[in-house]
Amino acid sequence: MSCLQTVADYGLRSMGYGERLLPKTDFTLCQQFTLIGSGMLWNIYFGVLALMFGFLLANVIALAKASRFALARKPAEWFIFIFRGSPLFIQFFLAYEALVLLPRNGIEIFGMTAEVSWLSRAWAGALLVLFLNTAAYTAEIFYGALRSIPKGDLEAADAYGISGWSKFARVQWPTMLRLAWPAYTNEAIFLFHATTLVFFSGFPAFRQEGDALYYASYFVDKTFNPFVPYPIVAFYFILLTLALIGIFGIVNRRLNRHLPSNSRSKLKFRPQIIR
Amino acid sequence: MFSSCAAPDTLQGLSWLLCYLTTGKHIDFYWSFLTVLTLLAVTAPTALAFGFGGAMMARSQYLALRIIGKGYTAMVRGIPDIVFFLFFVIALDQGIEWFMHQVRCPDWTDPIRNGLEFRVCPEAKVPNNSAAQLWHSVYGFVLAVITFALVFGAFAANVLYGAMQAVPREQLETAEAYGMSHGQVFRRVLVPQMWVFALPGLSNLWMILIKATPLLFLLGVQDIVYWARELGGSKTSAYAYPHPDWRLYYFLFLMVFYLAMTKVSEVVLARVQNRLSLGQATAAGEAQRRAAV
Amino acid sequence: MKKLILTTALLALTAGASLAQTVRMGTEGAYPPYNFINDAGEVDGFERELGDKLCEMAQLTCEWVTTDWDGIIPNLQSGNYDTIIAGMSITDERDKVIDFTQNYIPPASSAYMALDAGADVKGGVIAAQTGTIQAGYVAENGATLVEFATPDETVAAVRNGEADAVFADKDYLAPILAESGGQFVWAGEEVQLGGGVGMGLRESDTELKAKFDAGITAMKADGSLNALIKKWFGDAVALF
Repeated sequence: MSCLQTVADYGLRSMGYGERLLPKTDFTLCQQFTLIGSGMLWNIYFGVLALMFGFLLANVIALAKASRFALARKPAEWFIFIFRGSPLFIQFFLAYEALVLLPRNGIEIFGMTAEVSWLSRAWAGALLVLFLNTAAYTAEIFYGALRSIPKGDLEAADAYGISGWSKFARVQWPTMLRLAWPAYTNEAIFLFHATTLVFFSGFPAFRQEGDALYYASYFVDKTFNPFVPYPIVAFYFILLTLALIGIFGIVNRRLNRHLPSNSRSKLKFRPQIIR
Repeated sequence: MFSSCAAPDTLQGLSWLLCYLTTGKHIDFYWSFLTVLTLLAVTAPTALAFGFGGAMMARSQYLALRIIGKGYTAMVRGIPDIVFFLFFVIALDQGIEWFMHQVRCPDWTDPIRNGLEFRVCPEAKVPNNSAAQLWHSVYGFVLAVITFALVFGAFAANVLYGAMQAVPREQLETAEAYGMSHGQVFRRVLVPQMWVFALPGLSNLWMILIKATPLLFLLGVQDIVYWARELGGSKTSAYAYPHPDWRLYYFLFLMVFYLAMTKVSEVVLARVQNRLSLGQATAAGEAQRRAAV
Repeated sequence: MKKLILTTALLALTAGASLAQTVRMGTEGAYPPYNFINDAGEVDGFERELGDKLCEMAQLTCEWVTTDWDGIIPNLQSGNYDTIIAGMSITDERDKVIDFTQNYIPPASSAYMALDAGADVKGGVIAAQTGTIQAGYVAENGATLVEFATPDETVAAVRNGEADAVFADKDYLAPILAESGGQFVWAGEEVQLGGGVGMGLRESDTELKAKFDAGITAMKADGSLNALIKKWFGDAVALF
């Protein structure tokens, strides 16, 4: 069987398309690369969606934490403490154990029945945990950036008569984002790395559709050789990381485009956030 | 443990719970907390040493060393630590035994790799097959420490490299002007001043390390996650203390443990930072000076 | 993937123990009544008793080691222990990479256990442990396979409704069903899979294999193996 045929058969296997049965014989390099690559689609799915939703929530939480009102500040502080203070691994486990306790028949709300059983599936449950987790880490980064906005910028805004919402939208928020971006890039990289934990998280794989590590461990189970599949996963992640650095670098340049070239903040790797 | 626990079937309520929580398995569970703390205590300095080496190499004047140092620090950036853990320990284990094999059994003619089998002479087994179980545990633990230290050493190298760069150049130039040699400048000026810049990064690293310890079970160490899973799973009457699935409670307990560790670390590290800032040419040091006046 | 999880040592022999090479017995410790970790924190169960007996007969010093199921064969290959004695069914696929002794449990039935006897075992969601022959069977036969790392989780999945039924060795499920107070029932039909349960060894360890084979033959002959099976699995199981 040619390699192209293998790609056609298994390229989207993790999403449920193509051959129903996983390869039982041969276990060629091509099969391993294809299936593990197919599993990477799930890692990318988890990473991209968690990052997008997490970004939105993080803004709200960072603002709440910077708020003068204890009613807003305290919950935000607790949220950040709990998700940053405990291992993601444990969060996954707890989430799965808690989500399967939800009633199977759905929850009655105002006479309507809400289906909740899908929450215990990896695509929703694990995504939920990753989303909350990255929101907490990102909120802390944004909160720090919010506090280090130069005083002069705010005073200048006041002097121009910019206040309220437009002050926030035109001065505070863009500056916060610019200051936070290098740290946020690292958060994004580590979030993608953290998606590998989904495999160990207790959320089961359905129909043999799983993430990159799922297929890697399938091949280890069949070939009894850990020295090929796992390095393939590592290879894919290096590619993914390079792509992320490229994309975030472009955004960083755009955020800094108004500054003279020597005072731009460069993207620098600082391992401040990882789970 | 208690004499009243001799017949678990007859126990009820609190006394059942008390006996249940003091079974040999639970005692192992409690000990495993010590395993985790020991791992932290051993890994942190080891990783720091690896990081120090990495940072020094990355700053070296020789290109080859620089490439090794920078490559090492770049490693953690691309590869998720879990993937690394999954195959590195077995590779390290086989590497050590391969080396021992070369040393101890030079006359061995059978191939070491026979298909997928990895077979060294019995004398090269580390630890020896007939060694006490304790040594097998210790060996497994040491492999785990080395693996953790390698990964987190790369993080530490990053932090220390940044901190070394952050020490004001004038300080180093002044030292050179006094006629200090390269080594003297490094030991007497650069390293002592570097720590205050490195501490925030190292604090983060410590937090990361704490939160990475649940991954110990991937490295084959009987850690708290292993026991929580084992103890929490539902038990039939093949066991002395049958119970339904209690993993949720065990994991909640672990969660509380980790949150407490984080809180304590935060408080202690804030104090250390305060102490280190004393007399330093940084904003925090300046603030302390003003407050004291 | 090295997942050696270490348990207490056992010296099966007192005399001559210092001369004999220690045999390390690898098991999972999560599959009662085959093997499990008892409340004292030691490996216990049918296979513990059988293994100790065999070691005693072959005059070997044996030590018990537990490891996760999915790393159990690579760790044997890598020499972290010398035998697998973990309820492992003899299959052609496994026989290609490791050697098996003759079976010490006759080919046994695998069964579906569900909350409802009418559960759809052909087209529904079936839970099985990753890397078992049962998981392979479900994947090939049209039902939706949902995989878990430990056998305990597969049962939990049925209890909480995640899966319609669990598919595993009947001997493993039977005591759970008996104690569920009517919650669980058998569903579908029993299936014969594999060639019985045997001990796994490295292909190069022919000498050790012969010793264990001889022990199992002797135990089959004098009926002590049957007695042991009855003790752990009850009266309603297949005997030699």
